[in-house]
Amino acid sequence: MRARRARVIAPWLIGVVAAAWIVAHANYVTDLSAFLPAKPTPLQKQLIDQLRDGPASRLILIALEDGDAHARAHVSLGMAQRLRGDTEFSSVDNGEPVSAQRDRDFLFQHRYLLSDAVTAERFSAAGLRAAIEETIENLASSSGLMLKSLVPHDPTGEMLHLIDELARTQGPRTQNGVWASADGARTLLVVQTAAAGSDTDAQERALNAISTAFRASVTAAGSAASAVQLRMSGPGVFAVAARAKIKRAVTRLSIVSSLLVIGVLLSVYRSIAALILGLLPVATGALFGIAAVALAFGAVHGITLGFGITLIGESVDYSIYFFIQSLRRDAQGAASGSWQRRLWPTIRLGMLTSVCGFASLLPSGFPGLAQLGLYSISGLIAAALVTRFVLPVLLPHGFKVRDVTPLGVWIGRRRDSLRRFGGVAVAGAACALAIIALSVLYQHRATLWNRELSTLSPISLQDQRYDATLRSDLGAANVLDLVIVTGPSLEAVLGGAERAKVPLQSLIDSGAIGEFDSPANYLPSLATQQNRRSALPDRQVLQERLRTAVAGLDLEADQLSPFVNDVEAARHGALIAVEDLHGTSLSSGFGALILHQSGHWSALLPLHAVNGAAAPDIDVARVSAALAAAHLQDTQVLDLKAQTDALYASYLHEAIRLSLCGFALIVLLLLFALRSPLRVARVLAPLVLAVLAVAAGLAACGQELTILHLVGMLLIVAVGSNYALFFDNEGPKQRDETSPLTLASLGIANLSTVIAFGLLSFSQVPVLAALGETVAPGAFLALVFSAVMTSRAPPSAGSADTADA
Amino acid sequence: MTLRLTSICFAVLTSVAAPASADDLDDVMHALAGRRHGEVSFVERQFLSLLKKPLDSSGELLYDAPDRLEKRTLEPHPESLLLSGNVLTVERGHHSHVLDLQSYPQVLPFIESIRGTLAGDRTALERMFRLQFSGNLARWTLVLVPLDAEVAKAVAEVRIEGAKDDLLQVEIRQADGDRSLMTLHAPVGQ
Repeated sequence: MRARRARVIAPWLIGVVAAAWIVAHANYVTDLSAFLPAKPTPLQKQLIDQLRDGPASRLILIALEDGDAHARAHVSLGMAQRLRGDTEFSSVDNGEPVSAQRDRDFLFQHRYLLSDAVTAERFSAAGLRAAIEETIENLASSSGLMLKSLVPHDPTGEMLHLIDELARTQGPRTQNGVWASADGARTLLVVQTAAAGSDTDAQERALNAISTAFRASVTAAGSAASAVQLRMSGPGVFAVAARAKIKRAVTRLSIVSSLLVIGVLLSVYRSIAALILGLLPVATGALFGIAAVALAFGAVHGITLGFGITLIGESVDYSIYFFIQSLRRDAQGAASGSWQRRLWPTIRLGMLTSVCGFASLLPSGFPGLAQLGLYSISGLIAAALVTRFVLPVLLPHGFKVRDVTPLGVWIGRRRDSLRRFGGVAVAGAACALAIIALSVLYQHRATLWNRELSTLSPISLQDQRYDATLRSDLGAANVLDLVIVTGPSLEAVLGGAERAKVPLQSLIDSGAIGEFDSPANYLPSLATQQNRRSALPDRQVLQERLRTAVAGLDLEADQLSPFVNDVEAARHGALIAVEDLHGTSLSSGFGALILHQSGHWSALLPLHAVNGAAAPDIDVARVSAALAAAHLQDTQVLDLKAQTDALYASYLHEAIRLSLCGFALIVLLLLFALRSPLRVARVLAPLVLAVLAVAAGLAACGQELTILHLVGMLLIVAVGSNYALFFDNEGPKQRDETSPLTLASLGIANLSTVIAFGLLSFSQVPVLAALGETVAPGAFLALVFSAVMTSRAPPSAGSADTADA
Repeated sequence: MTLRLTSICFAVLTSVAAPASADDLDDVMHALAGRRHGEVSFVERQFLSLLKKPLDSSGELLYDAPDRLEKRTLEPHPESLLLSGNVLTVERGHHSHVLDLQSYPQVLPFIESIRGTLAGDRTALERMFRLQFSGNLARWTLVLVPLDAEVAKAVAEVRIEGAKDDLLQVEIRQADGDRSLMTLHAPVGQ
């Protein structure tokens, strides 16, 4: 006996310790990766790069509200100064012209390589004359004062041209020297973190640094600033908030549902030992589930832990069946092996049914679903094995739980009152219910499935709207529509960006888009720089042409000798390299638009909508057509929102298909185990009916179904199959007389499941709520339907056929 | 010219001792402040050492109390400078730029000298300039010298001549010797 105990317990303990070690050392992530494809297409790959590491992902939008504008400006200046000294941030912008002088120096020094106006024609005598005439005209304008000192060096006005070009994508308005919203109600800052947006820890550090800088700046700005409020938005803010929310929800829900389930079990068992033993399968299952996910995926997504609660729902059932059925052992004086013989096959079949259901999620391209599948499979198997092998040897001598026969008798009476109606009546009612549910679903077919990924986002709609407000305040490109040029080198993608300028400019002219940014505006490709440099004539030629050009103008050629010197210097000067941008504000602008990952370069050209357009959306198809017409290679337009939604829709289709496969697998399994199509139909009919009823109920309540509702339906079948199999198993043998003990254990198991999932439905995290609101009513209906339909004689076959259809 | 400068210096020196001049300035300021709306045409002539001939431009100035000033250049190239509150909007051709005056301290005195004078806001003017007033309400000259050293590197002084609540001429003398002279007329038909 002792040896047998050791043979069982030792491997279990070793397994638990190993799993605990893996769990403790596992990598937990809370970024978007659970919602992104595991094997992306090239376009999807770019999309993921964008969402994880792109400039958009590293942006934090900061708004200062309330208080007066002066105080806000003070705080803004203070915060910017503090944050600029922090290495967490690669750029901090609040509208202050901090690097204005360096920017001007850079532009001035490299004007002949940077200006797209520099061509051989412009430096012909006629071209020079036209350019100088224009410059003289400009001198009379408001910018004349600024221009005056430049003219001897830059009579062709390249500097002014560069400033105009860069100012095309103008930022927000400034108020008291710093950025503010158009209505002046908010003072704005934009920071970019050094770390990728997917690094949630770094994002959290950045947010804390911003809050600290804000508090210090408010204190420094004096009492006038005390009313100023800080608000932040952006992907990093969302990621941190989502993680906190999921963490909070998961922790709170796990604790509350554990307590409630423990309460139920305690009141049933009236034994602490039984309670502890009863929770062993659950705890082991959760541990093995997480460990399996960590081993197979390398990282465990936070949301997967959230599903841990769902495991409590099903695996606690096993121990309930075990303990309560062990009462029967005493009643019948049978050996301890009777449980294993009588109930284990049923539990095993129920467990295998669930495993089949979840196995269908494994091949999903949606890592979140695949993780959930693996987690559930390994968790359930572990919980069932612990119940089967470990619990019996751990049972102390004279172990006894309270006799729950009275409860079983009570449940039996409730059922009998329903069963007074004849088999035909039950079959008819089931048919009617199925028809009603199907017609409700048919009515809502257009809006049945939600295809937007954002519905799964734990971020409230209100926060999403605020984000959109700040973005439009900043007048920034909405970073949702991008043209992406990919290539093997920086030079290649910069060249591609330059070629894309032609079709994009014609889109601006036709009013399809407002503006676009391009990294080539900050750093032209070397080829282009070379072309511009070689367009510059040598000193002799330039001097000659200049004399011809200014003849008859109000300007003396001699006054332009600095120009001749500068051009000569540019002809012999080096081309601009990325390093030359350092220390200028152009550097962060450029860095934001270039991605470099494992030898693969991308240039991003964010598109701006037309200013003040009624519909701020950009017609992506039109942009795409324009790019295609220009025969540009490796240049694509990426509509981030449409792409993510399309991605999600493809997951949804895949999940529906996989779930149906899983259902087919369950049917096959049951056919093999029960060896009777009739019995299979009888087992499945109440489950299918429960799923239909829940789906119809949700649809009737206006709830659009998401991928998690689908998973919930799978869970209904998984959990409900236990009930149905019990009734099926007991029914015929006991001459339609399911024992009160079985009824009691099913009732208690169901109660704990409904509690665990019912709590989930109140969660603020949409994915958890979706699961809860599906499984809680579904599990209850599955029990009721199984009780009424399964343990009956053949007539229910008719209803099964209907429900199956 | 020399004579005039001497008389201004004299006026400045005496202004301390003789409050009568300060009263005259207050009278002018009061008269200017009483005007809510103004619309005049202008001719501007810029004398730049860089160019052989002066540059001419013309257009109209529109003013609405207390802080809206628009300079609409019509010739030789249309351009609009609109100052409303602290926001300066520049429109040329297809381009439109919105600037926050606070961010462009070098532009501010050009605009504030004219706007502050039009508004009759002595306090605002004294925040930025040393004021030298001569003459009386019927015919006066106000010379504004920037207080800020950075600004003084660009602008030596702004010299405004007027009669009662009308501005007749605005001259901006730059530190490098270049200057611009803007002459104002009531538009034809008024």
